[in-house]
Amino acid sequence: MSSPVRRASAEEPEAVERRAFDVAEVRRDFPILQQQVHGKPLTYLDNAATSQKPRSVIDAITRYYRTDNANIHRGIHTLAERATVAYEEARVAVQRFLNAREAREIVFVRGTTEAINLVAHAYARPLLRPGDEIVVSILEHHSNFVPWKMACEATGARLRVVPMTDDGTLRLDEYERLLFDRTRLVAIGHVSNALGTVNPVADIVRLAHARGIPVLIDGAQAVAHMAVDVRALGCDFYAFSGHKVFGPTGIGVLYGKADLMERMPPWQGGGDMISSVTLDEVRYNTLPAKFEAGTPDIAGAVGLAAAIEYLGGLDRAAAAAHETALTRYAEKRLGEFSDVTVFGRAREKAGIVSFVMSCAHPHDIGTVLDGEGVAIRTGHHCCQPLMHRLGVAATARASFAFYNTHEDVDRLVDGLARVREMFA
Amino acid sequence: MSDLRELYQEVILDHNKRPRNFGPLPEANHHAEGVNPLCGDHLTVYVDVERGVITRVAFEGAGCAISRASASLMTDAVKGKRIEEAEQLFEQFRRMVVSGADDPVESSLGKLNVLCGVREFPARVKCASLAWHTLHAALAEKEETVTTEQ
Ligand SMILES: Cc1ncc(COP(=O)(O)O)c(C=O)c1O
Repeated sequence: MSSPVRRASAEEPEAVERRAFDVAEVRRDFPILQQQVHGKPLTYLDNAATSQKPRSVIDAITRYYRTDNANIHRGIHTLAERATVAYEEARVAVQRFLNAREAREIVFVRGTTEAINLVAHAYARPLLRPGDEIVVSILEHHSNFVPWKMACEATGARLRVVPMTDDGTLRLDEYERLLFDRTRLVAIGHVSNALGTVNPVADIVRLAHARGIPVLIDGAQAVAHMAVDVRALGCDFYAFSGHKVFGPTGIGVLYGKADLMERMPPWQGGGDMISSVTLDEVRYNTLPAKFEAGTPDIAGAVGLAAAIEYLGGLDRAAAAAHETALTRYAEKRLGEFSDVTVFGRAREKAGIVSFVMSCAHPHDIGTVLDGEGVAIRTGHHCCQPLMHRLGVAATARASFAFYNTHEDVDRLVDGLARVREMFA
Repeated sequence: MSDLRELYQEVILDHNKRPRNFGPLPEANHHAEGVNPLCGDHLTVYVDVERGVITRVAFEGAGCAISRASASLMTDAVKGKRIEEAEQLFEQFRRMVVSGADDPVESSLGKLNVLCGVREFPARVKCASLAWHTLHAALAEKEETVTTEQ
């Protein structure tokens, strides 16, 4: 793909876009984008909910089912061998994608939610005692909040919540103050799905590790926007979902440091996770099979590997600069509306603009925009603690991927003008 | 998509902007809270029932235009009605919002008919029904409340 990588600036988004990133070219890779909705060109701005899939991902899944489909690790026939190889190659692709040390540190799960629940069950619950604490932040998605709340309720441990400033920046000073010798785990999102805040995860890890506390990073919203290097971050666990990174639904990843995961008990029992079973004794398999009971989503893993390969062919820094330009441009254009309030003004932000309009509820905004072919998310974004903090029940959220354009933002803004026409 | 004006009819926009019977009714002998867990919207419905008749009704809370207008129209519609009549209206209303686009709309619904546009927007059916479910819960709580208070 194309040439010089430049940081986008608010003054010249167009110029940056044209020079650095050929959006028209990448859009051709996404068949779903070439359609009309309600007679208008589809403007897909709900990428934080799920991203669209390039043709190569769709084709890889089709090819797998047409030519290779079999169960894995169980047969000696040719298809079983092919399926097993494809599945394990996908694991290596993810290992490289995250720069993990070893492939066995990559556990395939259903998604971020399952990855976090796995750690809550297999790591936290056996460890937690009354008086222990787990630290999350006010920005968390329910899937990085509820599993910890449940683990705390089951064990008598306490959940502590790092606050944020009004612009959506995590209070690192408050975070550090919360850490003490009974903190058993820190679980914090890399990028906020509701506000787009990029948290300083390397600092978060460093401060926790200085006290011997392991850290889980919820990377669901990060992987689509930036290259992630788990060894550079130093985190102990990293979770993400395939469907938010241009791969299929049904597959996700838990990265965990081998020494930690080796000491963790399995959390689901079944086929593939054992090395031997007698009536008296079950011996567990080694990593990562120990955490992959039952037939996994093999086609999902194949599709995820194809998505990773697709991203590998992009100039990711240029793509990120393009997304930053879009975000800035959207914020600028929303600023033209006196009755629009944008939430989340952190210095480090990725691809998300969350807002409310005084004349219309987010749901009504969503319905009117849909009529214009513009897809956004409205609601609490599975972040009710954050919504309470912001003092709203819901927001409207536009979230970008590298295949979005400045025209997409213009159509969003035109749609909002219609909303105002109707409700003001 | 059918015209948005079918969904957001003038009457709905008006009830959204100036909801009737809006605000708390702390001395009401029944109330219930309703939430739409999908969107976080919530409202409280207050009802005063005397000898089986809804004498006063009000609501408060935050929600979209559809849920606010529906709650507002509902309070107007059930005031002065017997509980059974209100429940019957709920049933007719529920049937209307899930019916097909070409099905006839029941004439007995009166002003509530303006919400029939919702049936072409399946994602919004819950918004329109929230107030009614909450009213139903408030009325159902009757027995208990009445017995504990007597
Ligand atoms: C920050 C964050 N964490 C976790 C999740 C949960 O991901 P999934 O539903 O794919 O398990 C999401 C997405 O909804 C998210 O945005």
